[in-house]
Amino acid sequence: MIYFNNVSKVYKDAVALDNVTLTVVAGEFVSVVGHSGAGKTTLTKMILADENPTEGTVFFESINVHKLKNNDLTRLRQRIGVVFQDFKLLLNKTAYENIAFAMEAVGKTDEEIASDVPHVLELVDLSHRLEHFPNQMSGGEQQRLAIARAIINQPELIIADEPTGNLDPINTHEIIQILKKINDLGTTVILTTHNRAVIDSVGKRVVTMENGKVIRDTKNGN
Amino acid sequence: MMTELKRIIKAGFINFTRGGLVSFAAVLVVTITLSVITFIVLLQAVLYFSLGQIKDKVDVTIYFTVGAPEAKIILLKDSLLKLPEVKDVTYTSAEEALKLFRERHKNDYPTIAALDEIGTNPLGAYLNVKAKEISQYESIANFMKGDNILVLGSESIIDKVNYHQNKLVIDRLNAIIAGAQKLGFLITLLSIVIAIIITFNTIRLTIFIAREEIGVMRLVGASKMRVRGPFMIEGVIYGVIATIITLILFWPATAWFGRNMTPFLGLDIYDYYISNFFQIFAIILSSGIILGVISSFLAVRKYLNK
Repeated sequence: MIYFNNVSKVYKDAVALDNVTLTVVAGEFVSVVGHSGAGKTTLTKMILADENPTEGTVFFESINVHKLKNNDLTRLRQRIGVVFQDFKLLLNKTAYENIAFAMEAVGKTDEEIASDVPHVLELVDLSHRLEHFPNQMSGGEQQRLAIARAIINQPELIIADEPTGNLDPINTHEIIQILKKINDLGTTVILTTHNRAVIDSVGKRVVTMENGKVIRDTKNGN
Repeated sequence: MMTELKRIIKAGFINFTRGGLVSFAAVLVVTITLSVITFIVLLQAVLYFSLGQIKDKVDVTIYFTVGAPEAKIILLKDSLLKLPEVKDVTYTSAEEALKLFRERHKNDYPTIAALDEIGTNPLGAYLNVKAKEISQYESIANFMKGDNILVLGSESIIDKVNYHQNKLVIDRLNAIIAGAQKLGFLITLLSIVIAIIITFNTIRLTIFIAREEIGVMRLVGASKMRVRGPFMIEGVIYGVIATIITLILFWPATAWFGRNMTPFLGLDIYDYYISNFFQIFAIILSSGIILGVISSFLAVRKYLNK
């Protein structure tokens, strides 16, 4: 599904990715682990074409994502759900509107939005927060809202970039369970983290990165 | 498409109402800009009115010899009226000229007595010529020089044309009017450019605050138009509200000017404001909307690269 072909990314003073070659198969749950600055976030940004590689190519199925024109890039992003460490919610929109926005982006009707948004908020246990703004919610709630937004359009891939970085152990556990459930339903998940306990609790494929390089790729965690 | 448009408009309104202080600041700055534009529109009106009045005071008088045949004077009048430069020509006969002279000097006993002593009318008829533009008097005066011969054959009926006596004053006035118009235009241009830059930067600042959200919207798959649209709608709202505030503010302001400054300005500003209200409204509204929309459009573009 995703193929990194000798991808390097060099910033002015640092190498973020160093000749990375990696394949992610549809339906997989891949945890990318490494210290801060190992290149995990840059790796995920490459899939979204939020960063351009200095060298190499990134394919989403047969599409070279960095060759896409604007409209095609928009369509690609609609097939991917993204969860960030800092949630990246739209702060001037309520929980309902945050999710509705993602649905509007893919052209869903008002009726579909009205029926699906409450349903997905119920799935992440946020039914009572429908009309609340992100800054009126706790960190765990904001992250659950971000997950709800990421899954609402039934994407083929979920990228979760350090989704538990700002959360306590209880919320961390909840988020991981939700992601596992999403993966069980057939969605590919790429999770980046520096938390060993998170990887252990997932128990699936682990890609270890260091200084922009993939140094280990194991099938069943640990 | 219609659903998309409806959503964009709705989002624009919601963003505006939730914007709070930021929206207030943007409206305030657009209001200031529109006030500058309105002020300049009124200033131009006063300037043009004053210049028009000065221009109206300038004319050229052709004095005819005593006893010049009226038919020939009328002939000259008709040929003058045919000139494209000529706005108006008024004929004053010798009798009327005498009547006006007597009226003007009715308290000047020696002059009236001298006039009675002569017995006959010593005054000739005259034509008063008004040009469309001050700069055109010279060509009218030149025309008279040439046409003179045609009218009378060998003997001239024209006693004198006062253009040459007034030439210096007319030329100087012409230069002052041209200078005033040029200066007025430059001040207008400069003020409007400054106001536009300030407005553009304020709107850019409001969008700078939302730059992260713009990035997030793009990452969740929103099209450029879906991201940019609400900001442009906000720009329209800034323009419309600022227009309303500006027009309301200028109501009492022009009324005060109208009441207190009309003798000084020569033009009742309030009267002008009311009678040209719809034109001013159209200028201000379109300026406000164009300013808001274009500023938003350009400011968002910077964050829409991805």
